[in-house]
Amino acid sequence: MNDYPRWKHALVVLVTVLGLIYALPTLYPKQPAVQVIGNSGTVIDEATRERAMAELQKRNIPFESVELKTDALLVLFPIGSTDTQLNGAAALREGLGENYTTAPNLASTVPAWLRAIGADSMPLGLDLQGGVHFLMEVDQKSVRDTQEQRYVDDIRGLLRDRNIRNTNVSRGAQGIVVQTPNTADRDTIAAAINKDYTTDLLVVNGPLVGDQPTLLVTMRPERVRVIADNTIKQNVGTLRNRINALGVAEPIIVQQGDSRIVVELPGVQDTAEAKRILGATATLEYRAVDQSTNPQEAARTGQVPGDSRLYRDKNGNPLVLKKKVIVKGDELIDASSQAEQQTGEPAVSVTLNEAGARKMLDFTMANVGKPMAVVYIERTPEVRIVDGKEERTAKITETVINEATIRGVFSKNFQTTGLESMKVASELALLLKSGSLAAPVDIVEERVIGASLGADNIEKGINSVIIGLLAVVVFVGLYYKLFGLIADLALLMNLVLLVAILSIFQATLTLPGIAGIVLTLGMAIDANVLICERIREEIRNGATPLAAIRAGYEKAWATILDANVTHLIAAIGLITFGSGPIRGFAITLTIGIITSMFTSVTGTHSIISLIFGRSKVKALSV
Amino acid sequence: MELFNPNANIDFMRWRKVSLAISVILMVVSAALIFVRGLNYGLDFTGGTLVEVKYERAVDVADVRSALADGGFGNAIVQTYGGTNEFAIRLANEEHEAEAPAAAEGETPASEAETGIHNDATADKLAVNVLKALQAKRDDAKVLRSSFVGPQIGEELRTDGLVAVIFVIAGISIYLWIRFEWRFAVSAVASEAHDALLTMGIFALTGREFDLPALAAVLSVVGYSINDKIVVFDRVREIFRSSRKGEPIEVLNRSINSTMSRTIMTGVTTALAVGALYVFGGAALESFGLIMLIGIVIGILSSIFFANPILLALGVSKQDLMPVTKDDPELERRP
Repeated sequence: MNDYPRWKHALVVLVTVLGLIYALPTLYPKQPAVQVIGNSGTVIDEATRERAMAELQKRNIPFESVELKTDALLVLFPIGSTDTQLNGAAALREGLGENYTTAPNLASTVPAWLRAIGADSMPLGLDLQGGVHFLMEVDQKSVRDTQEQRYVDDIRGLLRDRNIRNTNVSRGAQGIVVQTPNTADRDTIAAAINKDYTTDLLVVNGPLVGDQPTLLVTMRPERVRVIADNTIKQNVGTLRNRINALGVAEPIIVQQGDSRIVVELPGVQDTAEAKRILGATATLEYRAVDQSTNPQEAARTGQVPGDSRLYRDKNGNPLVLKKKVIVKGDELIDASSQAEQQTGEPAVSVTLNEAGARKMLDFTMANVGKPMAVVYIERTPEVRIVDGKEERTAKITETVINEATIRGVFSKNFQTTGLESMKVASELALLLKSGSLAAPVDIVEERVIGASLGADNIEKGINSVIIGLLAVVVFVGLYYKLFGLIADLALLMNLVLLVAILSIFQATLTLPGIAGIVLTLGMAIDANVLICERIREEIRNGATPLAAIRAGYEKAWATILDANVTHLIAAIGLITFGSGPIRGFAITLTIGIITSMFTSVTGTHSIISLIFGRSKVKALSV
Repeated sequence: MELFNPNANIDFMRWRKVSLAISVILMVVSAALIFVRGLNYGLDFTGGTLVEVKYERAVDVADVRSALADGGFGNAIVQTYGGTNEFAIRLANEEHEAEAPAAAEGETPASEAETGIHNDATADKLAVNVLKALQAKRDDAKVLRSSFVGPQIGEELRTDGLVAVIFVIAGISIYLWIRFEWRFAVSAVASEAHDALLTMGIFALTGREFDLPALAAVLSVVGYSINDKIVVFDRVREIFRSSRKGEPIEVLNRSINSTMSRTIMTGVTTALAVGALYVFGGAALESFGLIMLIGIVIGILSSIFFANPILLALGVSKQDLMPVTKDDPELERRP
């Protein structure tokens, strides 16, 4: 037994020490807290802290401390007092008023020296701390529609530039249809489109419409894929910004599949507020006012020029605006609310990106003194029952929020005025600043987990881990005596390693994850069972104790490897195809299988060689 | 201490015809139950309705549950949120899946097939009934909002679950094919199908809710059961290689007998662990624990009475398991 390599002993010691250090933060409980941040422009300072403390004291809500952080207050409540935390959040929301956002939160109590080396406790899943879960579907079709409309405009511009007349560009069911006067022009146009948009568009000859030859222009599939991919990435980014504005601690915003986004807001109980900010897909469009048409007349007759549309402002007054958009919301890079310098009325100051700035410059240069309108577009998902079947549509509300005369030539920076109040201005600025969503999203699944349920779940989960572990440890210790106790040590070690690795990767601990830990503990002992049974067999066959140990480990190894590899295949299958809760379970199981192979084979072998290595052994306690 | 006499030599293979027949019958019955009776899919798979209610004054969760049970919503799941007077009540969809609007039609754009949070007719009706049930006991209850989880989300989950099962079974059989031999792979796959079918058959029989944790449990049963088979198969290979005669029936019997201690021991430790989940894990982990407990028994039995008889029927032999010698032309030419 002296031949057990020294480096393996060293490895076991090293892994044990590291495991203990990185698993240690798990012992520090999370502390209920409420985070208070100021809405745009509201400063958080010592005075706010005093006020928050006064509000809590006034209502007799016990709290531990109120810490002033950069731009935020962190109110800590006694550990385990979820109800106090909720009451505290409500009290602060009420007491501090609308200029502050309060969010329940779980604060880490892990000491700084541990966090300095990257050791921190696992974040808790929604099922363990309460919160809101949204599954959102990105409306990819509307993105394709928008993109196609842009190409229609581009093709029109192209035809204008090349002086090709008597053409008609429109969108059909199959794609963009270009009606041309004759085949010669058709080929010229096809060549022109191909030259400028060869990577984006596919041009084929379409059927005759009347006696006019047509071209059918469609987006290339790879282009559609790129658009879809960009869309969802941009949406994830936008949602992240909006959620940050909500002041949620440790939110999860991830893409799932091609068109879905998972949003998890731990600690959030007020779903209405969350949904209002998340769901409102608001964007702005700057459009020219069509001065050739009388809006009242147009509203009465419904007759507007082909390149214009009828809009209404928030008071219901009609307005005729050009269909062509000057600048869209996604070309906007910053927006902030402020009081307009001269009049003091609420305003949103807007900064555009280069492309937007150029377009705005071009437009304003040619249109000083003419009116320009801002259209605010909001989209709410809707459901109607048609012939007993559900039909899901989106209600699109387009309101002209501002019509103003262009006072001078501007490009990158300008102001939008005409907003009802400072509050409206700041809300609008917030939505604009967080970037408009590249595509509308609809919530297809929503889950709310109460904080008390979370606390209940975590208690039950931890209880089952402890009781399951104890039962296995006692049973194995009784059954295999000394070897059983060594196996028990390896099992505890396995739990430590598993928790350490999950903590290092900051894997979210969920209830299914806890189930995975418990199952791992139950099955990890299998390797030791195989080894111990083999050793017993060898002894029965007359082997000496040391030979029995050696043969036991050697012969059991092939079986342990096969059993664990197949089990690993099962676990990886679950990771790959499982979603949400199943993934958490499978990830824990996978890591557990790997750590168990180390602890129950290398770990126990190391201990056994230390115990039996130097002495003459007459009998084994197995 | 010993749970199983190490010198026992039970002739398990003697009952192979009966045990195979019983296993096949159980599989057919399970399949029939699953297809005819159907699984009682949980909210995860079916979609469902979530009703949020608020009481003017504080109320105990137990009172809400009993009020719902009296109103015919016995299977409603009640959760508190936002204080002591607001509750989320979850209800599974009553309608059959097929009546849901076809979401999977090729051309249907995603935006029109999806379900949003909305006041859909079903959700509304349920919300009204839930409110009636609650107000029968306490008139200060009111519905804050009713919402709905789309059925196609569940449909996707079911497809994903099926793909996961197939992936796992295929992956394991390929590994066994490489490490052992095709007969072992076939026998293992058949056993996995057997275990998964029987476990799900019990769901169909008892009408127990089949939710995501349940699916995870079924796949864990497959994982556990394959471990059991591997241990026996490993011993089969070892004994075939070391024994001179290698009479298949005898080899299989010896393999089962000599691994029986381990089979029982690991079964007990795993059962202790998942039993803790069943007893102490609360509603969310209870079904996982229970299925695992049942699955452990099914897995152990199928190793002995199903996998090995199949191995025998496929004609496992000593020759097939001898280590492959390097193709040495020198050796081959010799007699």
